[in-house]
Amino acid sequence: MSVATEIIAPPPQSAAARLADGLWRRPGLVVALLLAPALLWLAVVYLGSLATLLRQSFFSLEEFSGLVVEDYTLSTYAELLQPSNFEIIKRTVLMAAAVSVASAIVGFPIAYVAARYARGAWKAAFYIAVMLPLWSSYLVKVYAWKLILAREGILTWTFGKLGLGFVLDGLLALPGVGGGSLSTSYIGTFLVFLYIWLPYMILPTQAALERVPGSLINASSDLGATPWATFRHVILPLAAPGIVAGSIFTFSLTLGDYIIPQVIGSGRYFIGQAVYVQQGTAGNIPLAAAFTVVPIVIMGVYLAVARKLGAFDAL
Amino acid sequence: MSERPAVSLSRVSRHFGLTRAMDEVDLEIAEGEFFAMLGPSGSGKTTCLRVIAGFEQPTSGEVRIFGENATGVPPYRRNVNTVFQDYALFPHMNVADNVAYSLMLRKVPKAERARQAEEALEMVRLPGYGARRPAELSGGQRQRVALARAIINRPKVLLLDEPLGALDLKLRENMQEELKSLQRRLGITFVFVTHDQSEALSMADRIAVFNAGKVIQVGAPEEVYRRPASPFVADFVGSSNILPPDFVEAVAGEKRWASLRPEQVRVTEPGDANPRLVGRVTAQSYLGATTRFAVALDGIALHAIVPAGSFQPADDGRVAIAFDRSALHFMDGPA
Amino acid sequence: MTAFSGKRFMRSEGSLAVKIAAAAGLAFLLAPLAIIFVYAFTTEERSFVWPPPGLTLKWFGVTWDRPDVWAALMLSVRVAAVATILALVLGTLTAMAVSRSRFFGRDAVSLLVILPIALPGIITGIALRSAFATFDIPFSFWTIVVGHATFCIVVVYNNAVARLRRLSGSLVEASMDLGADSFQTFRHVVLPNVGTALLAGGMLAFALSFDEVIVTTFTAGQQQTLPLWMLEELIRPRQRPVTNVVAMAVVAVTFVPILLAFLLTGADEQTAATTK
Repeated sequence: MSVATEIIAPPPQSAAARLADGLWRRPGLVVALLLAPALLWLAVVYLGSLATLLRQSFFSLEEFSGLVVEDYTLSTYAELLQPSNFEIIKRTVLMAAAVSVASAIVGFPIAYVAARYARGAWKAAFYIAVMLPLWSSYLVKVYAWKLILAREGILTWTFGKLGLGFVLDGLLALPGVGGGSLSTSYIGTFLVFLYIWLPYMILPTQAALERVPGSLINASSDLGATPWATFRHVILPLAAPGIVAGSIFTFSLTLGDYIIPQVIGSGRYFIGQAVYVQQGTAGNIPLAAAFTVVPIVIMGVYLAVARKLGAFDAL
Repeated sequence: MSERPAVSLSRVSRHFGLTRAMDEVDLEIAEGEFFAMLGPSGSGKTTCLRVIAGFEQPTSGEVRIFGENATGVPPYRRNVNTVFQDYALFPHMNVADNVAYSLMLRKVPKAERARQAEEALEMVRLPGYGARRPAELSGGQRQRVALARAIINRPKVLLLDEPLGALDLKLRENMQEELKSLQRRLGITFVFVTHDQSEALSMADRIAVFNAGKVIQVGAPEEVYRRPASPFVADFVGSSNILPPDFVEAVAGEKRWASLRPEQVRVTEPGDANPRLVGRVTAQSYLGATTRFAVALDGIALHAIVPAGSFQPADDGRVAIAFDRSALHFMDGPA
Repeated sequence: MTAFSGKRFMRSEGSLAVKIAAAAGLAFLLAPLAIIFVYAFTTEERSFVWPPPGLTLKWFGVTWDRPDVWAALMLSVRVAAVATILALVLGTLTAMAVSRSRFFGRDAVSLLVILPIALPGIITGIALRSAFATFDIPFSFWTIVVGHATFCIVVVYNNAVARLRRLSGSLVEASMDLGADSFQTFRHVVLPNVGTALLAGGMLAFALSFDEVIVTTFTAGQQQTLPLWMLEELIRPRQRPVTNVVAMAVVAVTFVPILLAFLLTGADEQTAATTK
């Protein structure tokens, strides 16, 4: 065996080793250096852009020339609260809420089975089955639904084959949510939103359920609880932070989306479309900017409530 | 103590915010010693080990290793190695590469590395295990690999953090023997941290007892056991009876704290004994060769261990206790 | 006895219902992707009629010969590659800082990293566009990359943080104890242990960038990435069968990084990293 003679090795000679020594002595500096690049990037590129956008919302549009007047005013926010714009906000929030609730209901059994029963190969299969739609191209998924919901598409065909064509017609005849075909109705928009954001609900719910020890569930049924009581008093409270965490995604993503309602829907605007049209064809950047403040404020409130409910621990 | 202690700490403190993990600790560890740092969790013993290794820097005070000032020297420039409680074997390397990691860093040629790694593995009785992965080994084997990795350079001081904590009882006894014989063969200073008093008593040449960030007592095992410096040491090392000053005054005429080993307490019929020494048996347990009595006296509870079958209390449980005055060990305050 | 078996019966009944619901949910998730594959072979050109009147391979050849598809594809690949490299560097460094110590403002850093993906993409997009307009920055390859890197950081960061959390702190100390300085420890201990997580994070970042359309709409100007090409086809269809083939190819290609990320890190770590 080699016997090192020195008790304390002499200070290093090479520049790299001297640098390592210097950094070792200043752990705070190391953390600062590691953080600096990303923080600078996010602060300058991201927060900086957000700030420019917010500033725009305090400008206004000169009605006749269509030019932006760079004077600070609240008139754009007044415009935002006009009934027609308010309708858009209300419609979007209702849709986001409906999608969040539905994905919690549809997603829960999948998350539960994946967390409680799936082992080994099944676990992998569940993972792939959730991850594949999650990571598949967003547009391809929207496109797939355009195919499915088309008047001549697979859903109409299936209902027809089953002799249930009248059910579909009945659904489409519903006032408010119906329309000429599934792909031009709110029902269609809702289905596509639900499909596309569902994995974002499943994963946090599954993660929360995986932290529930199986022994807890056995203990509850040993104590005489019916499956429903066990679900109600043991599983649901423990899964709740995960479900709330998932709803942050489903809610936020629905609030800001402008492509799905554009491709599949009744043609009435959602917030995202309003922003898109205002900044694009209408050229009203201040109003577009003011519109984006709506989801930011809603999500701010939502996140604050979610934090209170302990959803951040499940994130 | 030799002129140049292997490790010396003078007035070393380590504060984490308002917590004083180490508070003005003075300690000297002699060369070639098998030294134990004993204390309950949170007593500062592990922080002390980490300060010697260089993972923690003292808030104040000075650390010297063989007389050289090690304060502010990074762990990688100290000729001191550590066996970690969780072994900390690199999961992406096989056993031989783990053991020869420090040689790889010093750019020792491959063949030489392999030779020395095998030699170190032989020292810990794991010859031929070089090609295995840490994940394939049992807990006891992992610990041997961690040992081999730490001694391959023959460090001046070997630090062991709860070396037996994760092993089951039988392995623990074997490993105690083995660590001692390894230390004798290598002749290097071993410093180990433990919360298990029996481990410290049976393995160490000397013990430092820690409590609340301070060293309460340093001494040979027998000294710490027989002459604890404070009620805390008496209670933590072995399980002495701790007698408060007013009781000691009543029965021995001296108003000081004292400790009394249970095996030095006799249990007798009440008779006409000093009323302060008469009480009631609250529990009795048969331990094979001995019987252990718990006796409640006026205001204090005592344990006595007597030869089995030597005494049986009456139905009402009333007994008297007795002990030689020389069995009392007087101590300072309750620190 | 009857009461007991009754309870048992109910319990299995309950879990059977849950399993059926789960199976139906999985079918709902996967069927649309399967349908994409069928449509790629349809002989129908004008509508989305089901079932396909006939099957053909003809559209694969037609798509292959379309220069606009190739140009869009190449731009998407280049953007995704550069954005991924930037995200790898920024995300890894931040993850190391966060996992290294409990410093003041740690939660704020996590929040800032997650924000670009937590807020609706349209906000990131329009914010970037208004910043580019304010500072007279013309649209280019780099304006797309800047937007993509911003929201890709979080994917790398989450993968790296999840792995670093598993990496026992004493490994780094053991390495230093044995004579390695910080750089040597990073190279010999940290990197080999987080390497696969970084690779997984990088591939997911690539997939995210490759697929992104909402932010890109605002940062691309006249350039066309593959998703922008698809969006154009969705709103103003020119040749539907070509879109079908491209859609199928995109699904098939995204399958690869997901599978690899899974094989590299395991399902549990991916579930943890993706939900974070």
